[in-house]
Amino acid sequence: MPVTRQDVLHISELARLGVEGARADELTKELTAILSHMEVLSQVDTATVPTTAELGAGGTPLRPDVGVPPLMSGTLGSIAPAMRDGFFIVPRLASHEDSGESGA
Amino acid sequence: MSVNDYTRLGAAQIASSVRAGEASPADMIGASFKRAAEIGAGPDELNIFLHSDEKASIEEAEQMRPRIQNATDLGVLAGVPVAIKDNIASLGLPTTCGSKVLRGYVSPFEATAIARLRANGAIIVAKTNMDEFAMGSSTENSAFGPTRNPLDVRRVPGGSSGGSAAAVAAGITPIALGSETGGSVRQPAAFCGVVGVKPTYGRVSRYGLVAFASSLDQIGVLGRTVDDAALALETIAGFDAMDSTSSDADVPIYRLASLGKPAPEARNPDAQAMRIGRSPIPPPPLPGPTTLEGVVIGRPKEYFPESLDPDIRHRCDRALDRLRSMGATVRDISLPRSPLAIPVYYILAPAEASSNLARFDGVRYGLRVDPGKGLKAMYEATRSEGFGPEVTRRILLGTYVLSAGYYDAYYKKAQAVRTLIADDFRAVFASGVHAIFTPTTPTTAFPIGAISDPYEMYLNDIFTVTANLAGVPAMSVPIGRIRRLPVGGQIITAHFDEYAMFRVAYALEAGLGAEAHQ
Repeated sequence: MPVTRQDVLHISELARLGVEGARADELTKELTAILSHMEVLSQVDTATVPTTAELGAGGTPLRPDVGVPPLMSGTLGSIAPAMRDGFFIVPRLASHEDSGESGA
Repeated sequence: MSVNDYTRLGAAQIASSVRAGEASPADMIGASFKRAAEIGAGPDELNIFLHSDEKASIEEAEQMRPRIQNATDLGVLAGVPVAIKDNIASLGLPTTCGSKVLRGYVSPFEATAIARLRANGAIIVAKTNMDEFAMGSSTENSAFGPTRNPLDVRRVPGGSSGGSAAAVAAGITPIALGSETGGSVRQPAAFCGVVGVKPTYGRVSRYGLVAFASSLDQIGVLGRTVDDAALALETIAGFDAMDSTSSDADVPIYRLASLGKPAPEARNPDAQAMRIGRSPIPPPPLPGPTTLEGVVIGRPKEYFPESLDPDIRHRCDRALDRLRSMGATVRDISLPRSPLAIPVYYILAPAEASSNLARFDGVRYGLRVDPGKGLKAMYEATRSEGFGPEVTRRILLGTYVLSAGYYDAYYKKAQAVRTLIADDFRAVFASGVHAIFTPTTPTTAFPIGAISDPYEMYLNDIFTVTANLAGVPAMSVPIGRIRRLPVGGQIITAHFDEYAMFRVAYALEAGLGAEAHQ
């Protein structure tokens, strides 16, 4: 099933990737070509096959239901683009994004 | 052994020398950086290192001096220089995943695997180049330029752990950490003529490994020899409360596999000398005609198609002959669903990546590009500028197969076929086969820029990706060269049976001797 340019623009929007223009056309062709190799899976009868639930022998061991705090050697502020009073600062979630309004 | 022989020393020899007081850790670190300078590990030449700090590494080595003087145990990797793939979180050096979106990011915490290396005396000398977010098979997808293969600088080192494989092949470090999602340790190991190990899923903690596809990702090790890889893996393996998928299965002393006996018989007094203390670590004994007595090796027909390069087939046949000469029985087997592995992998891995990489949005860490048009515009500007073409392609592919209308046809279908692929491995091991032998890659290292079609690049993983889908351990061992380019042979065993894998690998390495690099 060929991927359309509309599909690419839609999934780009979902993935917040901002793909547009000639790059959208290239990706339409590339994704169509890649997915054509996946069609072989449709010929495999999996009606009674469960999806993969575990990988190892014995599965994942049970453990106490408690969180383990990470061992941080620095503060979040040292890696965050913008932070104030323990909160990450982000631009305003504008309802009219083309208005030119900027947050923070 | 003198530090002057550094590039020929294995990790155990370096540690033995340091523990015996014959060389200092600082000598070894100095030798590692000297070799890096000689070979041109920097960005203008082989581009193996993304980040290193010679002064800090030497200082860390000097800090071991009191431990040596006070005769406390220095660890099995005392003074051993180690290189780390740049998607494994480290203190002190950046962790960029080869991506602009994390340029300059220094993690405030450290991966469990690195912490365990340091606790055993190892010293980190560099973070190594890689395909962006481990998506690639050539290290050409790094935002910081491709790494060149030290054996032929016109060719790729493989990927995505190409920088780590190149560091070991160039003699800069005897061991390095890489990561695997579909063959990213074994394939570059094969291309660079070194040993590469992907452990069982759950065997090594993923804490601190930047997630690509969480049901497939594992930290792996690269070593100049099988012994280097065994020593490194037994150091980092084992349960970790920080990783919810970590297994509590016992970790054997993998180096004992060199004795050529099954695991239960291997628990003998040699263990103490081979594991801890200040005594020298003995080298592996030479194999004999009964070293692999009772071991059944499976040769799956799907991994030896008629189209396989005849030179690669010849090197594999020679390796199998050596295994037979040491007492192994070679049996023809079938893994009938393995040819479906590439389509399955390239649905599931991008699907998981599309979710995992959603965190790189410019909010909490890494790159932020804010065009001043609100939050959504910031997300899109950050991600479109921060991610390279292959990462963008895979996020879109993953988003597509998870989206409404396509989920059942692609994602759910692939998950079911993954079960069938894993069932094939379980059936083979249940039939009495102890290890499976295949080529690691369908070709030797290819020239930089030779492959532009994405799916053609994906086919590099054709023999390696099944072990990731099934969760079983696998490793690549050098088995010869074709026109001076290395060829790798792959050994696959059952879940958590790395011991049997190393037993076969030690025997194969010794059985081939110099032929492994001819």
